[in-house]
Amino acid sequence: MKVAMQKTVFSVRNLTKIYDMGEVQVHALRGVDLDIYSGEMAVMLGPSGSGKSTLLNILGGLDTATGGEVAYKGKDLTKATDRELTEYRRFYVGFVFQFYNLIPSLTASENVAIVTEIADKPMPVEGALSIVGLSDRKDHFPAQLSGGEQQRVAIARAIAKNPEVLLCDEPTGALDFKTGILVLEALARVNRELGTATVIITHNADIAAMADRVISLRNGLIADVTVNAEKKLPGELRW
Amino acid sequence: MVVTPMNALNIKLTRDIWRMKGQVAAIVIVIVCGIANFIMFMSNMDSLMITRENFYRDYVFADVFANLKRAPESLKERISAIPGVAAVETRIIANVKLAVDGFDEPVMARIVSLPDDGKPLLNKLYIRKGRLPDAAKDNEVLVGDTFANAHRFSLGDRFGAVINGKWKQLTIVGVGLSPEFVLQLRPGAISPDYKRYGILWMTKTTLGTAYDMKGAFNDIALTCTPHANVDDVIRKLDQIINRYGSFGAYGRKDQMSHRYLNEEFKQLEIFSFIFPAIFIAVAAFLLNVVISRTVKTQREQVAILKAFGYGNIEIGLHYVKFVVFIVILGVIGGTATGVWLGRLLGDLYMKFYRFPYLEYRLDPSIFAAAIVISLAAALAGTAHAIRMAVKLPPAEAMRPEQPARYSKAFFERAGLGRFMSQPARIIARNLQRKPVKSLLSIIGIACACATMVMSGFFKDAVDYMVYIQFTLSQREDMKVAFIEPTSARAVYSMNGIRGIEYVEGYRSVPARFRFGHRSYQTAIEGINPGSVLRHILDENLNPINIPPSGIILTDYLGRHLGIRPGDWLTVEVLEGERPVRRVAVAALAKQYMGLMGYMDASALNHLMREGNAISGVSVIVDPLHKKDIYKRLVHIPRVAGAVVVKDEIRNFYDTMAQSMLFFTFVATLMAGVITFGVVYNSARIALSERSRELSSLRVLGYTRGEISYILLGELAILTLAAIPLGFVIGRGLCSYIAEAAASDIFRIPVVIEPATYAMAAAVVMVSAAVSGLIVRHRLDHLNLVEVLKARE
Ligand SMILES: Nc1ncnc2c1ncn2[C@@H]1O[C@H](COP(=O)(O)OP(=O)(O)OP(=O)(O)O)[C@@H](O)[C@H]1O
Ligand SMILES: [Mg+2]
Repeated sequence: MKVAMQKTVFSVRNLTKIYDMGEVQVHALRGVDLDIYSGEMAVMLGPSGSGKSTLLNILGGLDTATGGEVAYKGKDLTKATDRELTEYRRFYVGFVFQFYNLIPSLTASENVAIVTEIADKPMPVEGALSIVGLSDRKDHFPAQLSGGEQQRVAIARAIAKNPEVLLCDEPTGALDFKTGILVLEALARVNRELGTATVIITHNADIAAMADRVISLRNGLIADVTVNAEKKLPGELRW
Repeated sequence: MVVTPMNALNIKLTRDIWRMKGQVAAIVIVIVCGIANFIMFMSNMDSLMITRENFYRDYVFADVFANLKRAPESLKERISAIPGVAAVETRIIANVKLAVDGFDEPVMARIVSLPDDGKPLLNKLYIRKGRLPDAAKDNEVLVGDTFANAHRFSLGDRFGAVINGKWKQLTIVGVGLSPEFVLQLRPGAISPDYKRYGILWMTKTTLGTAYDMKGAFNDIALTCTPHANVDDVIRKLDQIINRYGSFGAYGRKDQMSHRYLNEEFKQLEIFSFIFPAIFIAVAAFLLNVVISRTVKTQREQVAILKAFGYGNIEIGLHYVKFVVFIVILGVIGGTATGVWLGRLLGDLYMKFYRFPYLEYRLDPSIFAAAIVISLAAALAGTAHAIRMAVKLPPAEAMRPEQPARYSKAFFERAGLGRFMSQPARIIARNLQRKPVKSLLSIIGIACACATMVMSGFFKDAVDYMVYIQFTLSQREDMKVAFIEPTSARAVYSMNGIRGIEYVEGYRSVPARFRFGHRSYQTAIEGINPGSVLRHILDENLNPINIPPSGIILTDYLGRHLGIRPGDWLTVEVLEGERPVRRVAVAALAKQYMGLMGYMDASALNHLMREGNAISGVSVIVDPLHKKDIYKRLVHIPRVAGAVVVKDEIRNFYDTMAQSMLFFTFVATLMAGVITFGVVYNSARIALSERSRELSSLRVLGYTRGEISYILLGELAILTLAAIPLGFVIGRGLCSYIAEAAASDIFRIPVVIEPATYAMAAAVVMVSAAVSGLIVRHRLDHLNLVEVLKARE
């Protein structure tokens, strides 16, 4: 693949994150070097506690690093103020979490609207829901949706603002195989059709087959980066 | 960014509010009570003040008053010449006995003269019915509207009056009101008695003829120019009238009707502060609890909103809107209720305070103050919780909340653990885990209890005052006053009246007391050492032996003058030879109504350089002959009037009954609301925090009753702990009210009967039980599957 020729979205240099717990210090990230390219689909693997979520949260401007550099399209996130990070998240980043985190008091379309209302070039709420195949459930409350449907609403919510990057922390972690595939298909479609750079954290090594690149973390460090010569469609995955 | 009114965040807000409607309603009701109280008291104070202001202005209420024995009409010119005096009216005022057909009790009245042309310059009359008396007729009278109403008089009705010992039949030609008698209280009475005391107006010529005052006057009213120094005018007036037997000129602030109104305003001001403060504080606490809990349960929602780029201000505003919404509902409801109660209270006031009409109004500034105060309190109460939401680090919030940290409860560590069942352990640990919240809940419920204690306190205090005054101190059935000091032999002639079983004379001398730069004008009562009917009490309520010399002062008067037993008091007598003497203070006496000096009767006679004179008699009567006695008294020329103690007390309770009922009703409602608000909210929050835990216990086989016990047992403990604290707070507030409302007119004793405490505890417990039952109903319908499935 011609990865090297693509533009860099994130460039991470010697990134460290230390959680100061009083008596003990937890070194969640110990000097990570990594680039994420525009339009790519990256899957991040690694044992529990290796620092995946920490890294993703820092990339998404949810958390700040202790040391090193993270640049989003050349702009240094480590030096950004809280206000700038809010703006960054508002206009450029879409998140998907393991537990969907929909607002329970809002319907599917309202959960999407809550993001489109504050974005500057959002897609129509209907459009976002149809991408994830949920147009007919738009007036349902989260409690009236299955886990997979909820997660697809969460994806619709994440992509509705037309983000530059889509960051997914174990999006299928709480789902069974069949529903997981549906969710991954929605992600792959967004990546393909909108060209959104997508990072997916997973514990499931089989999912790595649908990625352009597979990034492995161990102990707060990048252990390995492999480029898939041929990536599979989510429908072809088995586990 | 365009914020349409119904953006998704606002939709979330409305649904959140709807979902929490029970709790929201409970808080709204508490705010409604607070604001209603505030509006009720403030609007009444404001309306009464404005009404008084307008009445005074339109009907030219005088600035300075003076009564004297008798002065020639020619003196008026000298008085008008005092610099700063605008207008002077000289008047004749006569205190008379009346005989009203069909009403067999003693009735007294004060007749005030009107200029012959019928148009007073000052203290003008508002004519409600009929017309002013005609100077050409010698029997026409205009009567005060309360007196007319009490006896259902119509124009043309007649009644008899004994003016200066002479019987006269008077015809009612009009009914009216005067700014001078907004409150009509017989001097020395404890409450207005419209049946037994009236204000009447007659022309100066008519009254002067009947009262032997032709070409003379015994009362002055005057107004000052806008920038005059009223104290100067009073001093100069005193110099002129002193030798005419003056009782001293005084300004509005010492005018009786005006003073009572001021005292009323003072009380309204205290109430408009205390009650709203309690409610608003409780509401702020409840809001704090609810918003804290909401922010906690919505941690992940806040995190998600932040992850998607909502800023701190938007998040903060979201919760601020929640608070503002509740406050606005409360203020609207409270204002509506307050205006309604305010009108009721205004009507009650109008029974005591006679204005032509009450211009009830709600000043926008009062409404604005209600909004500002409640918003400020609510936001102060929730600031911490809202800050938590704003400060929430989004990455952190994404992780599920750590299990709450518990530790073994104090009881368990103290070794009592083995006596506790598992559910009891859960209750104890839970209370201990949130000591501040538990304490605040206790204080909140205690406030409810305190409110009840306060409402009962008024009745207890009044009962006690009446008991002290009329059972321990003044034990006669009837007090008969003479027109002027009379030989003590009059006792024997009184004794001869059929039905009078026992008679004791008393002497009462108007006097001004001075000590240092302070002074006070009242009267000295002369008491016979062996008196059976009159007891002066020490602070332990034991009778004080009247010493052969020296004076005993009411304790409050002693404090007012800054004088102590052993000090020398200057006494300026305002009767007869008007001697000025120095008398040693022998003791201070406990007394809740009025301020007086007491002396041995012969010592007082000696001070007056007179023989065995008495001013009147106290008597015990045979109830069978009551009516005959009253009839006799009307016709005895030297009798100025009579007061039946039982009637006086009954009337006192009658006049108070309605307002008492009103306040008790309002207070009970308020106490119920606070208790309900606190208990219901605590229960709902406990339920939301612990529905998982309780469902798990149900799954393990615990019964509904057992899990209710865990949840409601905690609240029962809080309620029970709150009651004694409520007693203490209530007593403290009562002391504060007593202290703040004390005046020379009366001092409220801090007396709270066990029944009041019991009632307060009962109201709190019943309200708590009702709130508990409502929550219990929810607990019984806990959907186990749903609760356990939901990710906490
Ligand atoms: N807020 C925090 N405070 C303290 N330690 C933290 C915090 N967040 C993460 N850690 C620690 O940092 C390390 C990395 O955590 P992280 O959540 O990034 O792991 P992960 O790779 O996402 O694990 P998992 O696959 O289980 O989600 C862990 O040891 C974790 O305990
Ligand atoms: Mg993780």
